[in-house]
This record gives sequence, structure tokens and C-alpha cells, in this order.
Amino acid sequence: MKLLIYGYGNPGRQDDGLGNLFVDEAQKWAETESLKNISFDSNYQLNIEDAATIAEHDIVVFVDASIEEIDDFIFTELEPNAKVEFSMHSVSPAFVVHLCKDIYPHTPLAYLLHLKGYEWEFKEGITEKALDNFNKAFEYMKPLLKSPELIIKDFSE
Amino acid sequence: MGQKITIEPVTRVEGHGKVTIHLDDKGNVSRTRLHIVEFRGFERFVQGRPYWEAPVLVQRLCGICPVSHHLAAAKALDVIVGAGTGDGLTPTGEKMRRLMHYGQTFQSHALHFFHLASPDLLFGIDSDPLIRNVIGVALKHKDLAVQGVMMRKYGQEIIKATAGKKIHGTGAIPGGINKNLSIEERDNFLHGADPLNIDKMIEWAQASVDFFKEYHKQNQAMIDGFAAFPSSHLSLVRKDGAMDLYHGVLRAVDTNGKKILNDVDYQDYDKYINEEVRNWSYMKWPYLMEFGKENGWYRVGPLARMNTADFIPTPLAQKEFEIFKAYTNGKPNNMSMHMHWARLIEILHSAEMMKELLNDPDLQKNDLVTKGTKVKEGVGLIEAPRGTLFHHYRINDQDQIDMCNLIVSTTNNNEPMNRAVNLVAKDYMTGQKEITEGMMNAVEVAIRAYDPCLSCATHALGQMPLEITLFDANNNLIDKKRS
Repeated sequence: MKLLIYGYGNPGRQDDGLGNLFVDEAQKWAETESLKNISFDSNYQLNIEDAATIAEHDIVVFVDASIEEIDDFIFTELEPNAKVEFSMHSVSPAFVVHLCKDIYPHTPLAYLLHLKGYEWEFKEGITEKALDNFNKAFEYMKPLLKSPELIIKDFSE
Repeated sequence: MGQKITIEPVTRVEGHGKVTIHLDDKGNVSRTRLHIVEFRGFERFVQGRPYWEAPVLVQRLCGICPVSHHLAAAKALDVIVGAGTGDGLTPTGEKMRRLMHYGQTFQSHALHFFHLASPDLLFGIDSDPLIRNVIGVALKHKDLAVQGVMMRKYGQEIIKATAGKKIHGTGAIPGGINKNLSIEERDNFLHGADPLNIDKMIEWAQASVDFFKEYHKQNQAMIDGFAAFPSSHLSLVRKDGAMDLYHGVLRAVDTNGKKILNDVDYQDYDKYINEEVRNWSYMKWPYLMEFGKENGWYRVGPLARMNTADFIPTPLAQKEFEIFKAYTNGKPNNMSMHMHWARLIEILHSAEMMKELLNDPDLQKNDLVTKGTKVKEGVGLIEAPRGTLFHHYRINDQDQIDMCNLIVSTTNNNEPMNRAVNLVAKDYMTGQKEITEGMMNAVEVAIRAYDPCLSCATHALGQMPLEITLFDANNNLIDKKRS
């Protein structure tokens, strides 16, 4: 089962880099655990070409910083969605999945890990509070990354 | 008392815009304003930072076109480190940067056409917003949607190979570049498995120009008449008058094609261009000083570049350029929707340039950096996908940046976008008592033709619905619509 972890955000804008940090740390951890079949990608934001990337995988987990009123992190299943915003040059993970479904024969199961962030200024580095959320999320995700079938099982129950 | 309508995209961070439309008592449009909140804090943010950090730092400014800022900053710093004013780099240094830039322009324009513009054309301005995007295109024209996705992917891979990585690329450094292109990378781009090879990219780019020309034939009145207005045009051109998106001299022509800024050195841009501040707008209003605030405004971007350049130095794009120019009998083209046509010709030109560069053995050489005598101040200009981008830095004795001035493409197009919105509002709102979907869509289409970058920096800026709010003569809310 091929798993893709895709973090996105701007690491030059404090907590907006949570998704990128997750990819960096998960990649190092996966190497120490000798986990096969996990690939990693990250970018400032998602765009239409990511439909081609996710089409090559069975499961994709998008990782993103969140400004929503959540406690620390949430892990949800993604439903394809075609909505885009006015004149925008980036798209949502749900849009990427929808586009993939429309133009490629294979669409992965898709999930979104949202990590609560707090500060978004022109600075490098994650705030302490956001780092706490990151650590909790990372511990939560480790067994799921080791056995991706558990992700499917969790959401099918 | 008249009425005021507000169209307001909202967003979480800086970089949002809204449109206000004022009606008189008879329901006629009396005044319109496009407000874009431009974030100016970045210029202060870089003050005190070592100058060599700028090409990476500036990528924090915009996650949408980081390559343009990266290269414009590097060009300004070339001057500061004594590597000349754009023509002093080693062949490998300059050509690697050019490849990065044409790769960026290719993928940026492809996104705009396939994701943002073609849905308007294929389905019409009045169509359901849910299908006016690449997914709508995918449902009816799957081949076009796949082309858009793969052209973006190809351009992104070029950027990754030349800038070093997707995020906070480090490829361009003051005085040159920090890597060359390996033979393996080169061969992949030239002869990769279909469709990810340069010949397929050129074929698709040509097909997209042909698609537009055919569409134009069938929809001439709309394409020619929608938001058309006379203006001056400004861009870089090569010293011999050729289109050059990476480097050149600054040229402006008026609406009749007369040169009003005659191939000047952009190191002196502040002798010719000033920026006006207006109390109702966060964004500045650049203008050519010689012609004053009222008449000195100009357009930048693909349409402007077609109007300023004498020719395009690649064969397929030149052929299309000749057709484009013939349509207006060689005179400047002032039709906003022809921006799409111009953009597609530039996609073709970018693909041809990439092929030329990929076949150049200089890309595999190791002489990457030019060194010289340091000076205190430098200006870097580049033709970013959306238009001319200015970066200007001055450093102190401790090698720290103590002054930074940026004029971004969207700011250069501030007045033209306002004019386009005004024209469309008059066409669609006159005599209307409520906000119509058609009017809302038309305003979007007019602004979108300029491909403005309304957001800076963060991915989550996708939360940008378009909101129209209608007030009566007593400022009571009587209608509100949101896309």
C-alpha cells in the first residue's frame, strides 16, 4: 500500500510551516524505522499538478496548519470538493482529490491532518504552543504511518 | 443620495481586495473603486538583515510567485556585489536563472489559462461558479485539463531542478547561481517519457494558442469589447527590442505606439517612475513622472509586453506575435481579454526558450559566480508572469539592508484594473436594482484577466469568497451576495 504524506504551508511564516515540519520529521522517523512505501512531498500550497502526484498512491495524508477553533489537531477523511475561490492561485486538498478523480483512473483515499497554529508573521520557527500540538499529532500518527491500513479501518468504523 | 455596492473578498491574512460601486439616484454607476490590501511591511522586515539573505527571504513574501521575487532580489544584489547590471554573470549563471524563470512563467501562465481563464471561455461568464474551474473543464474537455496539470508539473520540475528545491529555493545567489544542471536532469526534460518532455510541452502550448484563436473567431465581440480601454504599456525589452522576460531595458509606449520611455537603464527607474498614495487605497499607484499622476499610469503584463516588444526571438512564438500584431494593424492592443491571447503566446515562447536553454552546453559548466567590487545600492527588475517586478536595495557599512523598495506587478496594474472594473460595472449594473450573478461574474472576469496576485505568502489564503454588499441611499443593507 503506497502512502503519501504531503505537508504544505510557508515555513517563513511561523506556524504556517507546521505541515512542512511534519513532513521533515516524519521523513527522518520513517528512515529510522525503515518504513517502506511511504513517500513525502511538501510545497507552499497545493495546486492542480498535485492531482497527478496523488494519483500514484493508495492513501494520501495532507498535513496543514489551521487557524480554526480546534483544540490541538484533528485528523479527518477528505471528501472531494470542486469549489475554488475567486482569482486564487492555489487549491484545497479536497479540490485536488476531486480533480484526480475526474482525470485519472485511480484516486487515493485521502485524509487531512490539521494542526492548530497561532502566529503567522514573517519569521522562521514554530511557536511553542503549536509545537506542542505538533508533538501530540506526531505521536498519534506514528502507528498509523506504520500500518496505513489502520487509517482505513478507523474511518470505516 | 446614491447607493453603494461593495464586493469584498475576505481572507485571513493580508492581501485581500474589495470592489465598491457607487450608483447615483437614477441607478447609473457614478464611481467604482477596486481596493486591494497590499502588505507593505515586508520592506521594513528585511531592513537590518544581511544582504545575501534577500533572495531567500523574499520568498516568504509570496508562496504563489516566489521565483519572481527570488530572481528580482538576486538581480539587484548582482549589482551590489559588483557582478554588473544583469549582463555580467557567467553564461552558466545567467542561463540557469533564465531556465528557472521561463519554467516559472510557463507553469504560472498554464495555471492561469487552464484553471482560471479557460473555464470562463468554455462555459461563459454567466455559468455556474462550481464548473468555472479546471474541474468543469475536466468534465467536458478532459484532454485540456490533463494538459493543464502536466504543463504545471513540467514547469514545477524545472523550478525544482534550477532553484534546488520547491520551498525557499536557493539557486540564485548574489553574482550567479549555486548549481548547474546535470546531464541526467537535462535529458529528462528533453526526452522524458510522454508527456513530460519539452517537445510535448511545445506542442500543447501551440495547441492552446490555436484554441484561443478559434474561440476568438467565434466570440469576437465579447473578446474584443469586454473591458477594452486605451492605455500606455510598460515592460522590459532586450536592447534590440526583442521580448525578454529576464533582462533588458525599460520601455513604455502610449496608446498609439509612440515610445514614451525609450529603453532606459532600470537602475535609474526612480528618475522616471513615482508612486502615488491615495487616501482610500492601501495599494500605491505607480506612474511615469513625465506625464503626471493623471496620465502617467500604464499597464504591465503579457498584453503590455506584446505592445512594447518589436519581435519575439523564438520562431513559433514570433509567428503568433505577427498574427497578434496584425489584428490591430501593428498598433498597441488595448483589449483586456486579449491578455489571455498574449499569455498563451508567452507560454509558447517560454517552452521554446526552455528547449533552447536545455540544449545549451553552458548549463553543464561549473563557472557559476561572478565577483566584483561591492557597491551600496542595486535595482533588480524582471518580467514576472503578471508583469514588471521591481526590487531596490541599499546596504550599509555592516552589509545590512537599510532600504528596500518593491513595486510588484499587481501594483503596477492598479489603475488599469480599476478602469476595467469601472467599465464592466457600467455595462452590467446600470439600471439594476440588485446585484446580479452576471455582474458579479463579469467583475471577476475583468479582474482575472490581469491575473492579480491578491494574496501573499500563505497557502490558507484560499478562503477568499467574493462578497457583494448593497446599501440603499441611507446606508441600510438591502442585498448581500457571496460566491
